Amino acid sequence: MQKQNVVIRFCGDSGDGMQLTGNMFSSLSAILGEEISTLPDFPAEIRAPQGTLGGVSGFQVCLGNGVYTPGDKADVIVAMNAAALKVCTLGSKFNQTGAQYVEEDSMYKKDAVIVVDTDSFNKVDLEKALYKTDNPFTELGIPESVQIVPVALTALTKESLKDSGMDNKAILKSRNMFALGVVCWLFNRPIDKAIHFLEGKFAKKPALIAPNVKVLTDGYNYGNNTALNINTINVEKAEDLAHGTYTSIAGNKATAWGLIAAAQKSGKQLFLGSYPITPATDIMQELAARKDMGVVVVQAEDEIAGVCTAVGAAFAGDLACTSTSGPGLSLKSEAVGLAVMAELPLVVIDVQRGGPSTGLPTKTEQTDLLQAVYGRNGECPAVVIAASTSANCFQYAFEACRIALENMTPVILMTDTYLANGTGLWRLPKLAELPEIHPQGVPAELKGKYNAALRDENSVRYWAFPGMEGYEHRNIGLERDSQKGSISTNPENHEKMVKARQAKVDQVANRIPLLQVQGNTESDTLLVGWGSTEGHLHAAANELNCALAHFNYINPLPKNTEEIMRRYKKVVVCELNNGQFASLLRSKIAGVDFKQYNEIMGQPFAVERIVESIKKL
Amino acid sequence: MEASQFKSDQYVRFCPGCGDHAICMALQKAMAQVGVPTHETVVISGIGCSSRMPHYLNTYGFNTIHGRGGAVATGVKTAHPELTVWQMSGDGDCLAIGGNHFIHEIRRNVDLNICLFNNRIYGLTKGQYSPTSPKGFVSKSSPFGTVERPFIPAELVMGARGTFFARTLDVDMPTTVDCMVKAKDHKGASVIECLVNCVIFNNGTHNWIADRETRAERSIILRHGEKMIFGANKDKGLALDYSQGLMPRLIVVAADDERVLIHDAHTQDSTLHRMLAMMGQDKFTDVANAEIQPELPIALGVIRDVEAETYDEAVRNQINEVQAKAKVKTFDELLMTLEHWDI
Repeated sequence: MQKQNVVIRFCGDSGDGMQLTGNMFSSLSAILGEEISTLPDFPAEIRAPQGTLGGVSGFQVCLGNGVYTPGDKADVIVAMNAAALKVCTLGSKFNQTGAQYVEEDSMYKKDAVIVVDTDSFNKVDLEKALYKTDNPFTELGIPESVQIVPVALTALTKESLKDSGMDNKAILKSRNMFALGVVCWLFNRPIDKAIHFLEGKFAKKPALIAPNVKVLTDGYNYGNNTALNINTINVEKAEDLAHGTYTSIAGNKATAWGLIAAAQKSGKQLFLGSYPITPATDIMQELAARKDMGVVVVQAEDEIAGVCTAVGAAFAGDLACTSTSGPGLSLKSEAVGLAVMAELPLVVIDVQRGGPSTGLPTKTEQTDLLQAVYGRNGECPAVVIAASTSANCFQYAFEACRIALENMTPVILMTDTYLANGTGLWRLPKLAELPEIHPQGVPAELKGKYNAALRDENSVRYWAFPGMEGYEHRNIGLERDSQKGSISTNPENHEKMVKARQAKVDQVANRIPLLQVQGNTESDTLLVGWGSTEGHLHAAANELNCALAHFNYINPLPKNTEEIMRRYKKVVVCELNNGQFASLLRSKIAGVDFKQYNEIMGQPFAVERIVESIKKL
Repeated sequence: MEASQFKSDQYVRFCPGCGDHAICMALQKAMAQVGVPTHETVVISGIGCSSRMPHYLNTYGFNTIHGRGGAVATGVKTAHPELTVWQMSGDGDCLAIGGNHFIHEIRRNVDLNICLFNNRIYGLTKGQYSPTSPKGFVSKSSPFGTVERPFIPAELVMGARGTFFARTLDVDMPTTVDCMVKAKDHKGASVIECLVNCVIFNNGTHNWIADRETRAERSIILRHGEKMIFGANKDKGLALDYSQGLMPRLIVVAADDERVLIHDAHTQDSTLHRMLAMMGQDKFTDVANAEIQPELPIALGVIRDVEAETYDEAVRNQINEVQAKAKVKTFDELLMTLEHWDI
């Protein structure tokens, strides 16, 4: 069977290693020249009781040619236990008694292939997953068009490893490798590449290589040799990829590395002050591991201290960053305001999650937009930009640093759970290819005359920092005199300073790219989006044969925004929130009827749902 | 260097008679004595009367937001350990809104010189009680008296595993300057509790020892390696009495008593430091105790000054160690450590 692209979902207990299996399969596919987009979907609990519905962890990947999203529904499901089968089949209705398969709720298509571990469907397993009968397939109403592939994964894995000397617990943990072997066969993945990949994965634990390779190979051979009565699937290779060296990278890692690249490019020391928070923690962990690159990381006592240590480092002349998620951004507001007032470069990364309050920590949402743009006391403008793919988190993290250092302003970079944990193909850049960064400095003639209010013709404050002789000065969070830099409560001066800070942020529009319209630019309909929804909106625009304007720059907006918005009859702003970007656009552009398409379910868009809804608008 | 080199061009706006004037002058003198050039000296503050201090010092200064001076200072020092960093804070800024940052900068032992101005009142917001106001203290926000127990800063510092604690009095310039210089010499988080008078909202709060007539009898200036002797005639000393059961206690004896203790600020064990720092403090924890005439003197000077690795140095050392061993030196090399393939 030949397919342009295929969606596969691995699901099992959160202890079953589904994230690892999914990641390995995705990377393997990428190495074979396919595009990938992944969606890890795990429960908030670290370890829910084994075998229960609450403990089901999933990993979805779309691979092939022309991949923009991890896909709406799966073509292939690997279900490691009875609970996973139920959750995949019923989707968000998995908790409803008597619920049965409905295509719209289900996580897989009507003609999907489901590989199940038949050893995980005994009486106890069914009870834990709250089945009422002993026939889960009938009970769930799984249609006959779905092909069930029963594999006795547990027994086969035990058999495979019986001479390995491993204990029973360790053997059971290797079930996922057997399943991976079966899937590799199903998708015609060359087993030698998979083995090579596995060896790399376990390079630090060499004792684990041999047993894992054996289980993987046995799984592959099982598919190949036994009567697995299904057609294998060939997926197209990506056609349009530029030649180059590629890797697959998760958004958080790409973000962290973008900061490192910007530090090297700008000649600044990279400083991160942060506090662990889901789903942003990986950024801090990644940077804490990069002492070889000279990164200074402070795991602070709280979110406020995270940003405040960064403000201190910025005052001292560093490329200073803090990483967080929505609740942390709330806590950091006052200190971001300090950086606005003190006109210091600061990069704040908000990996958005479901809110408000603690909300849905492991789910994705775009609900912090207005908090980022406006959520501070006083007239407090900051630059806001957003990454739109896992891989371009690198580019926009770099860009956030460039804008901050060149314009002496805090820059808030928006990503989200979907980008942070998902992976995509990334063409490795060379440092030399990246744009130059020219941090703001101070003219030598100001030596001995410098103060913290002096700015250049673009309204950008000059930057002198401790260690520089002859530029001693006092910076403040209080309003300052526009000439002398000292504390001032003068009414006219305050208004002048408010406008100077605004002008500085506004002129950033001159230093960012114009908005590009994708898709059918001649259409009457324009989809509008920002941030992580680009892949879904791109696919939806293709299906609808309409235009798409996708924003990476939120504040200030690209200079041609208004002109583009006025060009289309029907403008639909699509967001994973209640209409925050639509509100922002309405406040900036009068007389355009901005329609909205919104989903707030803690999940990425489904392309199909967007298409259906836009057709009805 | 001269103290005048550390004076900024700003008019000092503390209220006439405020203890902060004296601390400001002491700082300028201490900075001159320390001799670190103005461009390598950084003064960070939060919000409050004391936090205005950076404006009056001709160094790099940053008057930040309420309570967060400690975190900002931690950032400056960790990013650039070569700088000498001072933090100015008050009993509200440091012990209430900034309490978390305060205990953590001490726990980490960041090499900062922290002046904690304690006037037991909120001055800049015009007279509310603070975390060091005695229980029962009547203020604008406690018209019937507070019902809270106060902090004793020394106890908090040592509870947070502090490596340096000194106590000084606004009216005692030489001791204040001496403590500041020693705070700079100490590697790690040095806390100087400066007892300052708020002439407007809490006038006379430190009169028990500030009063020139009786100060020598009611306080003792501790100096490392010297006998613990006090009194106008240097006739009294401090000793440990073991006669009251298991726990020894400090007592006042004649200066020539052979039991008179010699102050050891450098000993790691904080037991005696804590006992010394707590002398007479009961008087200030409850207004009902105002009439207590403590037998023991209030300890001033450097009470604790012990060595421990500093956070900023440890961060730097770890980076240097990793870099010395690292195979990867450039960003381009770093990229090649990823699983990668050519298309």
